[in-house]
Amino acid sequence: MNMIQAINSALDVMMDRDPDVVVMGEDVGYFGGVFRATAGLQQKYGKNRVFDTPITECGIIGVAVGMGAYGLRPVPEIQFADYIYPALDQLVSEAARLRYRSAGEFVSPMTVRSPFGGGIFGGQTHSQSPEGIFTHVSGVKTVIPSTPYDAKGLLIAAIEDNDPTIFFEPKRIYNGPFDGHYDTPAKSWAGHAQAQVPQGYYRIPLGKARTTRAGEALTILCYGTMVHVVENTVAAMGVDAEIIDLRTLVPLDIEAIEASVRKTGRCLIVHEATRTSGFGAELLAQVQERCFYHLEAPIERVTGFDTPYPHSLEWAYFPGPVRIREAITKIMKD
Amino acid sequence: MSDPLGSVEGQARRNLPSLKLHVPEPPARPGEAADFTHFDIPAAGAQPRPDETAQPADMRDMAYGLVRVLDDGGQAVGPWDPRLPAETLLKMLRYMALTRAFDARMFRAQRQGKTSFYMKSTGEEAVSIGAAMALSRDDMCFPSYRQQGILIARDWSLVDMMNQIYSNKGDRMKGRQLPIMYSAREAGFFSISGNLTTQYPQAVGWAMASAAKGDTRIAVTWCGEGSTAEGDFHSACTFASVYRAPVIMNVVNNQWAISSFSGFAGAEATTFAARAVGYGIAGLRVDGNDVLAVYAATRWAADRARANAGPTLIEHFTYRVEGHSTSDDPSAYRSAEESSQWPLGDPIARLKAHCIALGIWDDDRHAAMDKELAEHVRDAAREAEKNGILGHGLHHPMESMFEDVFEEMPWHLEEQKQQMLDEWKAAGL
Repeated sequence: MNMIQAINSALDVMMDRDPDVVVMGEDVGYFGGVFRATAGLQQKYGKNRVFDTPITECGIIGVAVGMGAYGLRPVPEIQFADYIYPALDQLVSEAARLRYRSAGEFVSPMTVRSPFGGGIFGGQTHSQSPEGIFTHVSGVKTVIPSTPYDAKGLLIAAIEDNDPTIFFEPKRIYNGPFDGHYDTPAKSWAGHAQAQVPQGYYRIPLGKARTTRAGEALTILCYGTMVHVVENTVAAMGVDAEIIDLRTLVPLDIEAIEASVRKTGRCLIVHEATRTSGFGAELLAQVQERCFYHLEAPIERVTGFDTPYPHSLEWAYFPGPVRIREAITKIMKD
Repeated sequence: MSDPLGSVEGQARRNLPSLKLHVPEPPARPGEAADFTHFDIPAAGAQPRPDETAQPADMRDMAYGLVRVLDDGGQAVGPWDPRLPAETLLKMLRYMALTRAFDARMFRAQRQGKTSFYMKSTGEEAVSIGAAMALSRDDMCFPSYRQQGILIARDWSLVDMMNQIYSNKGDRMKGRQLPIMYSAREAGFFSISGNLTTQYPQAVGWAMASAAKGDTRIAVTWCGEGSTAEGDFHSACTFASVYRAPVIMNVVNNQWAISSFSGFAGAEATTFAARAVGYGIAGLRVDGNDVLAVYAATRWAADRARANAGPTLIEHFTYRVEGHSTSDDPSAYRSAEESSQWPLGDPIARLKAHCIALGIWDDDRHAAMDKELAEHVRDAAREAEKNGILGHGLHHPMESMFEDVFEEMPWHLEEQKQQMLDEWKAAGL
């Protein structure tokens, strides 16, 4: 399966298992979603469970909060993460705080799916990576898969989870792993080990990272599309890096991070999102606090620049192989 | 400084009149006489009563009129008279009086420093009591912060409400919420949020869920007229209309949003009930100080929702008699005369006059009831104060702060909790 098919399969599995799971969003019903993630679900489960919505993100999330309060398990889609901002009040002030402020009387077990990230010439409003906004909010979990296998297992876990979860899908790797070389032909998921996706139910626990490559020389913390860019760059350089795909940003797998950096003594953090106050800053602080006496070089970050996401200059902006290679070289020098 | 379009200050312009920005101004400011002459108040009984399943387009006039049942002589008149039995009328009167007594006591408690904050609903008691009594107890209410009357009409424990206001060890919300932000699932009373109008799309979602599941329960929500300006109001009305959700959306037009008069929410141009027209929703405009009109309109809307005939938007035309909250002084922005001159009177006085006119009530009984309710509220306050008042130590354990952020406490909150406890221990506290 590619990642779209894996997500579709996760939704299918959960809708089949739990009659309270409902899917809603712009174009998700009859049409099956602009990325085809919900294709076939309305035909199979009916319009009471899979339905198109008006174009109002605050409405979509607000309605999902109410449905959750009733006892449903909504899976709303925000068509692009760049368009999640109108729903911020409902997510931050309502979904994230409902359990806390009502001391558990009401909960919001929704999973917000949204395509995110760049690398597709999406320009300013089809490329953003706003995960740092949500990791800063108490009461929501943030999940970002990097492979079809993880996408299905993590999405099933997110839907089953009783806390509100933001599930960001790196749209650059919906159809194939992207290694950062934009000038070479796109690859498909066919033949990739992580594209072997079981048809039925399985889950990958939230809060657990995946070590995609064991190594001794340095630790690289990454997620989403950047996992593949990092893997490819590391392979090309021949450096013995340990690559950790975080998979869940909140709650974070701090044990995996701490054990790895204590072993390697060096740490690189890579994300597409802009640098200042991005999630990389939190990772850097955690590593510094926990591994200070084990560090042999300053922790480095390769991230998007602190600018809006540009259109024509995408490949200068994107944290690709060149920038990652330079950072690794710098870390290994000390 | 030059401007490429040539519209520089002082420079000759094209031969057109200058544009003017209209910034609304209320009819009366402090020191001025109250003025309500711009309100058109139709006579009680004058409005027709459409069938509950009427098409919104066929009842547009309802959004511009004013449904009124109680006339100036205390008689219930016209097609909206719900013809309630004496027992129900007296129950309504008692709930409204109890709400007012509760407000009075809690306002005083704030002034005495027993809590940080309070908000009264004086003058608006009919809006919540009338509605609550017209609904089924298992219909889910998504209130704003000024519908404490719903809890009272659903016989919720006053001590429980006060525990929340005092944030004491009896507070089911564990002292996490600002006073009056109640949550009472058992009473069909959704957790109140400080963020305005967020409850609107939530109520629509609850109603959609109920419909999708083939349930029979409906959702009901409230916001103030000021809050109708929020984007959530628009998204809720759109969703309610699109999916014909079994929901009642109440706009309590009490003329004031803190210091801003209703003109800043658009009242100079139209009514709030008329918002319904554009969404293709049934809209009713009701005398909010006439508890029988509120009851009848709510009953109409509830029957409509239960018949799968769609949502209703009800504007309750009323007046916020007191300040916005204990943190507000209305004499700084409005005429001091306004509340006494309000043309729709006082909701309790009007129902009382009606009951007296029916021969089922009298002044002596009313005075005795007020005395009894004041004592009842005082006793409840004494009971609640045994659990502590704000800042007097009888709160939930400090570590409870970290609970319920998530269903299970993740490692980083465990770590922060332990750090806090260690710091206090190290400080010898």
